[in-house]
Formats: sequence, structure tokens, C-alpha cells
Amino acid sequence: MDQAKNSAYVSMKGVGHQYAPQAPLVVKDIDLDIHRHEFVAVVGPSGCGKSTLLRMVSGLLIPSQGEVSVFNRPVTEPRDDVGIVFQKANLLPWLTVRKNVLFPLKHKYGSYSAADEKRANELLEMAGLTQFADKMPDELSGGMQQRVGIIRALLLNPDILLMDEPFSALDALTREQIGFDLLKIWREHPKTVLFITHSISEAVLLSDRILVMSKRPGTVLDLIEVDLPRPRSSKTINSPRFAELTDLIRGYIYEPDVPA
Amino acid sequence: MNQTSQPKLWLAQQANRFAPALFFIGLVLLWELICRVGKVPNYILPSPSAIITAFFNVEFSRWMIHLWATLRVALMGFVLSIMIAIPLSIGMMRSQLMNRILYPALIVIQSTPVVAVAPLIIVLLGTDDPSRVLITCLITFFPLVVSTTTGMLETPPEMIELSQSLRAPRYRETWQIRIPYAIPHIFSGLRVSITLAIIGAVVAEFVAAEEGLGYFIQFSTSFFKIPQAFAGLIFLSVISLLLFKSVQWIQAWFFPWSLPKKK
Ligand SMILES: Nc1ncnc2c1ncn2[C@@H]1O[C@H](COP(=O)(O)OP(=O)(O)O)[C@@H](O)[C@H]1O
Ligand SMILES: [Mg+2]
Repeated sequence: MDQAKNSAYVSMKGVGHQYAPQAPLVVKDIDLDIHRHEFVAVVGPSGCGKSTLLRMVSGLLIPSQGEVSVFNRPVTEPRDDVGIVFQKANLLPWLTVRKNVLFPLKHKYGSYSAADEKRANELLEMAGLTQFADKMPDELSGGMQQRVGIIRALLLNPDILLMDEPFSALDALTREQIGFDLLKIWREHPKTVLFITHSISEAVLLSDRILVMSKRPGTVLDLIEVDLPRPRSSKTINSPRFAELTDLIRGYIYEPDVPA
Repeated sequence: MNQTSQPKLWLAQQANRFAPALFFIGLVLLWELICRVGKVPNYILPSPSAIITAFFNVEFSRWMIHLWATLRVALMGFVLSIMIAIPLSIGMMRSQLMNRILYPALIVIQSTPVVAVAPLIIVLLGTDDPSRVLITCLITFFPLVVSTTTGMLETPPEMIELSQSLRAPRYRETWQIRIPYAIPHIFSGLRVSITLAIIGAVVAEFVAAEEGLGYFIQFSTSFFKIPQAFAGLIFLSVISLLLFKSVQWIQAWFFPWSLPKKK
């Protein structure tokens, strides 16, 4: 058990990428091992290749240098055990909320069973969206839409959850609440999470470790262990350690050339 | 102050609401007035009352025969055009090669004035429905291809990534994501096409026909029955307007999510 926990689950070795053969590298020399059921956040200036990194882990993009592997298997195409949460909820406006949640099954296999529908209802219940199940996405607030986006990614019960700035379109209060909701889900249904954000405090509040990336071409500036006790709550924000960690990261982001 | 302003407000609201209708009625009355005061002869500009009289002088069953002839051709051409345009757009979206081959061909067809080609089509296919339907189809299908293709290509990349991350078959990406995404575009194409369909049917009737509203207008004009020609013209416009509205109703009924959001 202990060995499984310490072994690399998602592993990036010397990963770099350029979008065209002559184009400059967008990310470079990324080495990162993520353990099973670990929550890793990625922060870095915009355009440094965070989304590119996530696409390479998802299998949507094959790195032009190095290798991404999941459980010692190189990632060459999108995997069934990966769920993606997109920046804007990315819901389909022509489907009801419930059908949006069921969409991965409908889209992948062409149909879904009554049992699947039951599972979708359970997920909706968990997200507190039961009474919105038959509404259209545009009748929901931004926060509710993103909840739908999250439970849609959970439908196929993925072991790995990739989230690309999932809360960036939300207001501060909604954002904090949905962050804690995510932690609750993560605690009850452990998953390996790669969470991209441009909010330093969000990264510290949610994750086990934080990958700080340099500006383009994105490289690893630091990998910070977040040793704040769990479960975390709004009290966590007031702890001195929280302030220390956010200051540390802020130092990297605003003075990337001067090592802290 | 409130007591005096409220009825005033109400009046202003009503006036605002019925403004288009009032304007229209005013215009018709003005037209009638000009014809009567100026003693404009009927063969130059018939008065609204003369047109209405002419309308009721034609038997109802004759109107229906002409209406049916035009409507039949317009709707058949329209439906055929949908059946060609949508698969063609999908093909052009999916295959670069098909796009490269077909796009210039479509532009050539679109830039050829169909009115000029119509007589040739009639020589080729005869004077029956098939040639009329083809003429209608040629006029209507271009806006449909453009709107469908545009809509499918504008599908946000994140939606496509969602599909790819599920490793779904391409045809489901097309049918479950791109086509629904294109629905608002497709309907704006359909709204343009349905009015063009009436124009197409009328053009075909001008070239060769024994019935239809276009034929009726042409025939009435050639016998100097100008009020009757106007009656036919107005009838035709009303039908065209109703078809346009029907397309909007179909969209509102079946695809309410695709309508622009009211603010
Ligand atoms: N599909 C693409 N083709 C070419 N260049 C791209 C593509 N996607 C992203 N880029 C470029 O790669 C760089 C990193 O982009 P991205 O990974 O989206 O950064 P981030 O998510 O950190 O803001 C940017 O400069 C962007 O312009
Ligand atoms: Mg990004």
C-alpha cells in the first residue's frame, strides 16, 4: 500500500513541446511525478504552457520531447480513466443539465442505461443540482454551470481529474465555496488531480504540492510541498503557514529571475 | 401628477406597440388618397380598393390552384436544397480535399445568374415540376451551405476536445456537437433560403408554366389587368412572409435554446 502511494502514478520525464517543427518550445524540461490520489496544482504566468502541459497529460497532445506516462504506460491517446474539467464549463447549450452530465456516455458509446441515469442523478444530488436537472445550462449561474462541468467529468468515474483554470470565470465567493466542495468530493472519492490555476491562494488552499512554472518557455521553477493540515477550511486561510506559502510563490511569479 | 401621467404613459405604450401597424395602415390610406385625388389610372397605379376588388373577382379555387402550384415547387426545391446542402457541408467540413474541389464549383454556381440559366434548364428537363424544382434549388442552396459550414467550423475547440478526450467516433462529433452547434446558423440560412425559394419558383414560372402565382402575375400584366396583377403580387408577398415566419416558429418550437437570449 505504502509503495503504491509513493510510486509515480502520472509521470513526466523531460517533457517539452513545440506546436510546429520550427516554432519555439512552449514548455521545456518538465519533470514531475504525481502520486496516486495526490492533488497537484500548477501555477505560472499566462502563456507559460500550463494548458499545453494538461493537454499532454490528457493524451490530446503528444509531447514533441520527453514522455508522459500513466502507471508506467506512455500516454499516446486520451485515456478512459481521465476526466477533464474545462475553463468555462463547456456545457452543450442544447442539452438539459442531466443530459449534459450523461453526455460522455452518450457521446462515447451512443447510449446509456437506466443505471447510468441513476448515477447521473446521484452526481447531481451530490452537487446540489437535483432541482436543476431538467433546466438548460443558460438558466444556471456560473458556479452551478461549473459544478455540472465537474460532475460530467466524474461520470465515467475517472482516476485522474485534469482541471484547467476551472474556477477562473467565477466570482471570489463562489470560487472559494466551489473549491471546498471540490475538496470534499476529492476526499470522498479519491482521485489524482492536476489542477491549473492562476490564483496562488487557490493553489495553496487546495493542493498537496504546487508546481511553479517560469514564463514561456515554461520550466519547473519549484515544486512546493503544501504542509497545511487537512481537511482545510476558510480557517486555513488565516494560518501563518498559508501566508508564508503564498508569499513564497508570489516571489516566483513576480521576480522569476531571482531565486527565492 | 401620477394620475395624469399614467394614462398618458399607457397611451404612449400602446402607440409604440402598434406603431408598425399604424404606419402600414397610414401608408395604404395615403396610397388610396393619392390614387383618388390624383385620378391615377388603374393601369399605372391601381388603388388599394381596386386591388381588393380584383382579388375577390378571382375565384377562390383559382387562387388555390395557383397558390398550390407555386408553394409545391418552392417547398420541394427548399427541401431538396436542405437535403443537398447539409450533407455537402458536412463533407466539406470533414474533408479538406472535398472542400478544395467543391468550394470553387459552388462559387461558380452561385455567381451564375440562375434567371439566365432557367430557360436552358427548361429545355433540358422539360416544362414540368422537375425543372422548376431544380431552378428553385439552385437559388436556395448556397446560403444554406455557407451557414451550415460556418456554424460547424465555429464550434468552440473545447467542445471538440471534449469529444476527442472521449475518443468518440467522428460521426458523433459531427452529429452530437457540430450540427447542434450550427443550428442557429442553419436557421439563419433557412430564413434566407425560404424567401429565395419563392423567388426561384416564380422565376421558373416566368419561363414556362400554365399555373402558379408568378404565372398569374405575368398573365394578368400581359392582359393589362394591373389591379389583378397587384393582387397576385400582394398575395405572393403574404405567402412569402408566412413561410419566413414558419421557419422562425419551427426554430422556436423545436430549438428554443438556439434563439438569441432576450435581455
Ligand atoms: N494550438 C496551438 N497552436 C499553436 N500555439 C499554441 C497553441 N496552443 C497554445 N499555443 C501557444 O503556446 C503558448 C502556451 O499556451 P498555453 O499552454 O495555453 O498557456 P497557458 O495555459 O499557461 O496560458 C502560448 O504562447 C500560446 O500562444
Ligand atoms: Mg491556459
